[in-house]
Amino acid sequence: MAMTARERAKVSRGVQYGLLVVIVIALVFIADWNTLISRALNPSVMAQQFPEIITVALKNTLIYTALGFVAGMSGGILLALMRLSSVAPYRWIATLYIELFRGVPALLVFLALGFGVPLAFQVRFNNLVTVMLALGLVSAAYIAESLRAGLQAVPKGQYEAARSLGMSHSRAMITIVIPQALRIVLPPLTNEVILLAKDSSLVYLLGMTVSQYELTKFGREAISGSGAGLTPLVLAGVCYLVITVPLGLLARYFEQRADARSARH
Amino acid sequence: MNNTASVPGATASHPASVSIDGLHKSYGSLDVLKGISLEVGPGEVVCLIGPSGSGKSTLLRCVNLLETPQQGVIRIGDVEVTDPEVDIDAVRRRVGMVFQQFNLFPNMSVLGNLTVAQRKVLGRSEAEARKTAMLNLERVGLAEKAENAPAQLSGGQQQRVAIARALSMDPELMLFDEPTSALDPETVGDVLAIMRDLAKEGMTMLVVTHEMAFARDVADRVVFMDGGVVVEEGPAREVVGAPQHKRTQAFLSRVLNPTQVDAPED
Repeated sequence: MAMTARERAKVSRGVQYGLLVVIVIALVFIADWNTLISRALNPSVMAQQFPEIITVALKNTLIYTALGFVAGMSGGILLALMRLSSVAPYRWIATLYIELFRGVPALLVFLALGFGVPLAFQVRFNNLVTVMLALGLVSAAYIAESLRAGLQAVPKGQYEAARSLGMSHSRAMITIVIPQALRIVLPPLTNEVILLAKDSSLVYLLGMTVSQYELTKFGREAISGSGAGLTPLVLAGVCYLVITVPLGLLARYFEQRADARSARH
Repeated sequence: MNNTASVPGATASHPASVSIDGLHKSYGSLDVLKGISLEVGPGEVVCLIGPSGSGKSTLLRCVNLLETPQQGVIRIGDVEVTDPEVDIDAVRRRVGMVFQQFNLFPNMSVLGNLTVAQRKVLGRSEAEARKTAMLNLERVGLAEKAENAPAQLSGGQQQRVAIARALSMDPELMLFDEPTSALDPETVGDVLAIMRDLAKEGMTMLVVTHEMAFARDVADRVVFMDGGVVVEEGPAREVVGAPQHKRTQAFLSRVLNPTQVDAPED
């Protein structure tokens, strides 16, 4: 009863750690390791996944993500500038677009592009173009909102100083404002790329040849083989982490470098 | 009194005149400028003083069209900048602006701040821009800081860089919007000294300031504004030293003796 606040905090923390250890130990003992390893972490099944999981699946996931990001970034910059435009119809169009594509599941956008557009317009893009458009359309909406927040976070004085030096509106935006905004939106933008990498799994909806499989489709095909268990999906999950974790680290590195540059002394 | 002085190396070779006639500016129902007329001769230094909210910063920002006046005419030299057909960017190229908050570009070095507009706007080569930048950095005594980031400088140093940045565009007119109001007291003097040199070199200067000693000693004329109109204007020593109008007297006594409690005016 006569404990000080600091002692109480210490005891409480000790209890929390103890509880954590108990839970971990309990899980380790409860788990059926033999089944788990043979069904989900089976080394011989894993071995069968190589090298295609890298040379085909991982490679395709990276390609789809990169294509989606290029399209999403281009669209996102355009939409963000439209939302901040002094021309009212531009603002309306951008707002409408963002609300629509942010509110609809990416799955529906893929279906619309893969099946709706060919029916309505009698055109059929190749799969890569459809992937790029679908991922780009969805991510552009999210990227636009992040960029808008970043653009608005750049002090107005920066734009005024640039204009006062004789720069045109677009020159001031490109040379002065957008580079500063990009630095601000780096963390949310990293999130965007990670979401894109995972959304690229929806490509399966378009129907693909084996050489176009990305990680999720590749894993799903493998588990339907006899006796493969869940191991291929676990491996696919690890491959996603191989993409996303370094991205997070890279973003943190750039953030720290930016902080160091603008810090005092 | 300053327009005859000429110092070797001065860049203000063609100081421009400014002529403002019947300027009105309002935000919605709020009238900020209610018919301002003002003449600034080539090489003349004019200080705008007055209480906050009197419209002096707005007036300054109208001159390089950061604000668009609803009515009235502004001329810089023989160019009418309030003409709707005017090339705003071309006008601003001739006019240097120094802000209260410096507004240096934080993602560029000091040198980058001074060269970016020279290259992108005036089309100067990298070497040429760098040469002009270094000349102007020497002028404000900060040549050794060329490679530093703005955040590594004190407020006073940042404002001197901002002045050098504006000068690197070889302006014909310099606008100063409370350039020392955001500074630590001990760095104010350095900035004012540079502005004083600039005045001696014959630059046309329009300065919004609360530094009454600077206004009295450096300005050719002082304009006192209150409530969106020019209340009193005249030679600096007369307006600051012996103001004629009651509102000017009240304002100056409050600014010069901030601890003194006096009866509310009007």
